[in-house]
Amino acid sequence: MLGRLSLSAIPLDVPILVGTFIGVLIVGVAVLGLITYYGKWGYLWKEWFTSVDHKRLAVMYIVLALVALARGFADAIMMRTQLALAYAGNPGYLPPHHYDQIFSAHGTIMIFFLAMAFMTGLFNFIVPLQIGARDVAYPFLNNLSFWMTAVAFMLVNVSLFIGEFSQCGWLAYPPLSEMQFSPGVGVDYYIWAIQISGVGTLLTGVNFFVTIVKMRAPGMSWLKMPVFTWTAFCSSILIMATFPVLTVAVALLGLDRYFGMHFFTNDGGGNQMLYLNLIWAWGHPEVYILVLPAFGVFSEVVPAFSGKPLFGYKTMVYATCSIMVLSFLVWVHHFFTMGAGPDVNAFFGIATMIISIPTGVKLFNWLFTMYKGRIQYHACMYWAVGFMVVFTIGGMTGVMMAIPGSDFVLHNSLFLIAHFHNVIIGGVYFGYVCGMNFWAPKVLGFKMNEAWGIRAFWFWLVGFFFAFMPLYVLGFEGMTRRINHYDNPAWHPWMLIAEVGAVLILFGVVCQLMQIFVSIRDCNKPENRDFTGDPWNGRTLEWSTSSPPPVYNYAIVPHVSTLDAFTHDKENGIDTRQAGGQYEAIHMPKNTASGICAGAFALIFGFAAVWYIWWLAAIGLVGVIATVIARSANKDIDYYIPAEEVARIENEHTRKLMAQAAE
Amino acid sequence: MSNPNTSSSGESHGSVSSYLIGFVLAVILTVLSFGVVMSHSLAPTGTLAVLSVLALVQVLVHLHYFLHMGSGSEARWNNIAFVFTVAFVSILIVGTVFIMANTSMNMMSR
Repeated sequence: MLGRLSLSAIPLDVPILVGTFIGVLIVGVAVLGLITYYGKWGYLWKEWFTSVDHKRLAVMYIVLALVALARGFADAIMMRTQLALAYAGNPGYLPPHHYDQIFSAHGTIMIFFLAMAFMTGLFNFIVPLQIGARDVAYPFLNNLSFWMTAVAFMLVNVSLFIGEFSQCGWLAYPPLSEMQFSPGVGVDYYIWAIQISGVGTLLTGVNFFVTIVKMRAPGMSWLKMPVFTWTAFCSSILIMATFPVLTVAVALLGLDRYFGMHFFTNDGGGNQMLYLNLIWAWGHPEVYILVLPAFGVFSEVVPAFSGKPLFGYKTMVYATCSIMVLSFLVWVHHFFTMGAGPDVNAFFGIATMIISIPTGVKLFNWLFTMYKGRIQYHACMYWAVGFMVVFTIGGMTGVMMAIPGSDFVLHNSLFLIAHFHNVIIGGVYFGYVCGMNFWAPKVLGFKMNEAWGIRAFWFWLVGFFFAFMPLYVLGFEGMTRRINHYDNPAWHPWMLIAEVGAVLILFGVVCQLMQIFVSIRDCNKPENRDFTGDPWNGRTLEWSTSSPPPVYNYAIVPHVSTLDAFTHDKENGIDTRQAGGQYEAIHMPKNTASGICAGAFALIFGFAAVWYIWWLAAIGLVGVIATVIARSANKDIDYYIPAEEVARIENEHTRKLMAQAAE
Repeated sequence: MSNPNTSSSGESHGSVSSYLIGFVLAVILTVLSFGVVMSHSLAPTGTLAVLSVLALVQVLVHLHYFLHMGSGSEARWNNIAFVFTVAFVSILIVGTVFIMANTSMNMMSR
């Protein structure tokens, strides 16, 4: 009846988990209680959970990403603390079984649920506004994507308290992840979380590809498209091309585990090396899926705070596209040591080094944008300049490891860990946080607190160097990754320094939470309020509408004649909003409960499949399919906002603008 | 959305008869493939060769009858998407064969 699920699956013998569970329970009950007390369930359901508005979904994605950050960072600081303690006979406080789950969960959560969710949040918010569209091409799919991602994250967190998580690292290499060596439910939780969130990500890729191809404002030809939209476009292509590879690789692993097949086993004719090949054919493009949008953010932020157009727009676009293509050709550099000969390793090593050229072009473009500009050191600019420094170091260590000979020494050492945190924290995370600070006034209608933002930046930057520079040294000294305890006295001081770094980053995270709290508390102060919609003297279309934008984004669809369309309009005194003009009824998509419904069924399916509760899994799977079919048969999915309503909203905004101008 | 330049939908969706022709062709090709294998009428190399040809024809049938390649005003985007897909799949397959064969040789694992 309940498959392999029994009461013994709840890890009551692990005090850390019991404590966490009690903590989560208290916070959860408090949050749910407050929502009930203030009677906000209807509001949440109507305005958020069932919303197909890309702006609402963006906020939900970013909230999800911040929750994932809290979980993933808690894992990180636990690992660092373990390694600071577990030296010379001291076993530390995390036994290997628990420690292995923590490093696996840390990687899985940070990539799939922090970075991917944050990126999708930024796409959702900015892309439709930047191209002058009223929503994405497939609003329902957008909502479905969100719920698929959200329930997959829930599944990972359920594994904390019911059963266990994977102990095989964030990519679950066989043969360790096969039934023979991992008979528990951990890898199954991993498999279903990846598969469910993979559906969401793939749909997001399709959605934004179609949106950008088909829904650009009249006049916005390819080379008049803002750079962030370009990077979102290239990321979407990479998602569509590579996520199916991930799905297939993980599905084959699932077939091995569930049906006793032998794709990646050592016996029965399987070959586990093929798994490495497939997973990295996805995994390498994945890091460019994440970092390209961060490059896009900097390409918007640096010009805005330098008071100049972006230097070398076209080279930026070409660099983005060539990175996109080259990213398909480098995946072997993740497994140079697997045993391929010099032909293979040399080819992929050289291809890897070539990628650094377009990336270098981008870096020089940002520097030349700043050159002789009127640079304002806003919090966004701190993140951008910090990125340039940190990312350049990370890129150089990457090129070091692109040489197969040196990779044989550094492979799977802490040098590698330092390298990829160097590019992912310094590139992806700094970029997304920078983007959050930059576009927050557009999303929320008020600016984020700058003082706390700059404090967060300094803690993150200094903490980063303390936490990861020692790991480069430890890599050279031969310390491998995923070690639970060690005896080498030469390593211990460096691990202590890294622990200090982790604590500094903790302060950084706390400052970010403070920033969010203070910003919301002070949101009504006049200096924070943004009525104009254009707090930074922005250059692209999204700044031409009000903040937060009305549900339809643009009352009158903008016409674009140049790059940096909004700057052009401002310089030529064109009223971009065409205030007081003739409005027409606007065609909009209706909210739908299908997305959250399909998501709930997917959660049931995933949980049941992990525990072999087959009848429940069947209900979940049939539920997902039935919900989607029912939704496609539904014709009542759109409505019109009448012209009078549009006029009322627009006139109210014009009044606010005039009142502010009169002050 | 109602942007004048973006609301086109010029692709051809095919007719019942074209879908039927495609379906029948696909079934014939599938039956032939299974037939070749199950009847053991050819040597293994011959079977492989025939299977490869049948598979290629099958791909073309699907492209033409089900994916509507090369027809309608949307042909340009369809073709770009298709070329890109073929390029990526080739990179993946050729790359995988290159890597795995080289690894097997080097490691003497096969």
